[in-house]
Amino acid sequence: MEPATLLPLGVSFDAFASLGFWLGVGVIAGTFTIFALGLQLNVGFTGIFNFGQAGFMAIGAYSMAILVTEEGVNFWLSLPIAIAITMVFGLIVGLPSLRLRTDYLAIATLAASEAIRLTTLNARELTNGSQGIFGFDTEFDDLSESIESLLISVGWSDPETLFPLFMIVWIVALLLTFGLWRLQKTPWGRVLRALREDEDAARALGKNAFAYKLQSLVMASALGAIAGFFLALNLKFVVPDEFLPNFTFIGFAILILGGLANYWGVAVGAIIFQTIFEGLRFLELPITEVQVSALRYILLGLVLIGLMAFRPQGLFGKREEMVLGE
Amino acid sequence: MEAGSAAPASDRTAGERIYEFLGRLTDLPFAIRAGAGLVLMTVILALVESGLPGGIETVALIAIVIAGIAALTLTEGRPALVAGVVVIVLFGILLTYHGLLAVSQTGITGLSNGAIYALGAVGLTLVYGILKLVNFAHGDLLTFGAYMALVASVFWGLPLVVGIVFAMAMTALVGIALEKVMWAPMRRRGAGVLQFVLMSIGLAFVIRYAIQYVYGTELRTLGVDNTSTIDFLGVRIGQTQGIVLLVGLLILVGTGLMLRFSILGKRMRALSDDLELAETSGIDTSRVILWTWVLAGSFAGLAGVFAGATTQLQPELGFEFLLPIFAAVVLGGIGDAFGALAGGLLLGVVVEWSTLLVASGYKSAIGFIVLIIVLIIRPQGIFGRARSI
Repeated sequence: MEPATLLPLGVSFDAFASLGFWLGVGVIAGTFTIFALGLQLNVGFTGIFNFGQAGFMAIGAYSMAILVTEEGVNFWLSLPIAIAITMVFGLIVGLPSLRLRTDYLAIATLAASEAIRLTTLNARELTNGSQGIFGFDTEFDDLSESIESLLISVGWSDPETLFPLFMIVWIVALLLTFGLWRLQKTPWGRVLRALREDEDAARALGKNAFAYKLQSLVMASALGAIAGFFLALNLKFVVPDEFLPNFTFIGFAILILGGLANYWGVAVGAIIFQTIFEGLRFLELPITEVQVSALRYILLGLVLIGLMAFRPQGLFGKREEMVLGE
Repeated sequence: MEAGSAAPASDRTAGERIYEFLGRLTDLPFAIRAGAGLVLMTVILALVESGLPGGIETVALIAIVIAGIAALTLTEGRPALVAGVVVIVLFGILLTYHGLLAVSQTGITGLSNGAIYALGAVGLTLVYGILKLVNFAHGDLLTFGAYMALVASVFWGLPLVVGIVFAMAMTALVGIALEKVMWAPMRRRGAGVLQFVLMSIGLAFVIRYAIQYVYGTELRTLGVDNTSTIDFLGVRIGQTQGIVLLVGLLILVGTGLMLRFSILGKRMRALSDDLELAETSGIDTSRVILWTWVLAGSFAGLAGVFAGATTQLQPELGFEFLLPIFAAVVLGGIGDAFGALAGGLLLGVVVEWSTLLVASGYKSAIGFIVLIIVLIIRPQGIFGRARSI
């Protein structure tokens, strides 16, 4: 062990210098960004507590994988179909539940998400159960390879294989962020905000509160589906365990980190979160791997508690835009 | 004139027409929408798992459930009676197709699981009703209790009964400590619902993964005899299962009676109705809140030990009970101890009966669907009084 590379804490920062580390962090952070943009739309701008986002992500990823591997649909065609299927599920979850009080809505959407995950685990004929589904990404790999050869022709002698996915996920994430940010400035966006602030007042102005909330939830489910595609492409398979409620809870942590009612903060929150979460793997403490992974979640929990206690609007949120109350 | 009045209609954009359509959709009676949602869910489940037993039984079961939902939606009175009738008819249908033995065997298992749900639910419902705290960390209190019993009775070699008491005491202590450190200060600051919910999720992570940090992810047992059974009219009842059911019922009925008739119970209900009013009328609210946590914590600990004794211990143990416990709370009506008891038992039985029809892997999903349906149809619970939803 060279003292130069090891700090007294026992943390080696070598990994942070490698491009591979940052690409890995970047792909997941981009996926989380898209995922949490849906939560931002729901929680930050509409005031509905959607705790079922991981379920929507599961529907999107599984629909794509099943369409490609079972039905032989072209990968690119399967994406819009999978988004449409997920939006139908958003509608099914939203139609009966959006009238509920906020805390009940949180429980109902969480239960819906778990019901979806348990179905993917048990409907083995359709989803292959806990084995998961492989081999849906050949068309994407072709694109990835042509981007790589393009990079080589530009002069990057040995491009990282993860780079094309990294590039695409962030282009999509930034486009979606920009789109949602623009949308928030339209009359439609202002109605959502009015609903969040005072639903009765918005109703009194003749706005159909329920329809707007439903649209918000269905749009969030579509964002969940897109996040699901990137999760699946990064892993190269889909398995039920990737869609545990923990994913949604992490999404909320990112949302709060970046700040409520701030679309651009989502990406920042996702990058901060994923850098720390991945970086903790390189802690060189005399503990087992299970303990390291436990430590990451303990830290996540402490960050959530601390933020809620001392800075509920998050790092970049505005205090006056806080929608945490009743 | 005519052209003028027609103009606005043709001026409307497609988006506005969609809003209008959605608006009309939401004006339909609640029952129709909810019913449609349920039918859709059933169809999806049936499509996904074409293994559902076809024929008259399925049709009859779906019909009785939809009839029950319609009755609950359309009538305001006697929801418990409707639920009772639905359960009896369900029992009858299952009896016809699966025989008494299978139905009572699964029923007993369901009641035993239901007792665990109910023990968890009583604490959650009291905290929810009195402090308006939706505690997502309640499930992990169960896990904590189970591991405390493991420490006392397996690591230290004390008798299991001592281990159970130790687990209950430690979990109650954790409940009180968290109240003092987290919940009371947050209430004084006037924190909102999302703040409490996310804080409890953070707390859930801390408890669950602290347990994983210390005890690892391997499965552990409390060394309880899970093989010997008692024969009761041909139904085999596991010894542990029977003890869980009996002890759980005794404690819950005792607590229910205590809450109904003792001064503490009356004070708790006063706090649950209006905390500030209770305070101004001279009730020492912080004392009552402390007792609430003692009950919630110790029952969560006991439920955790029971859950660990009938299955195995792992750090996710309690989290897997969280949604069923929420379901029992909602079924029973927030803040109602007897409701939580009935809700827990009802849920346990329905979930276990479902294994007669669909693969047992689905039984948790069935529980969640019950929860969603109840939230939609009757958020104040089958046994609860009408309150704001």
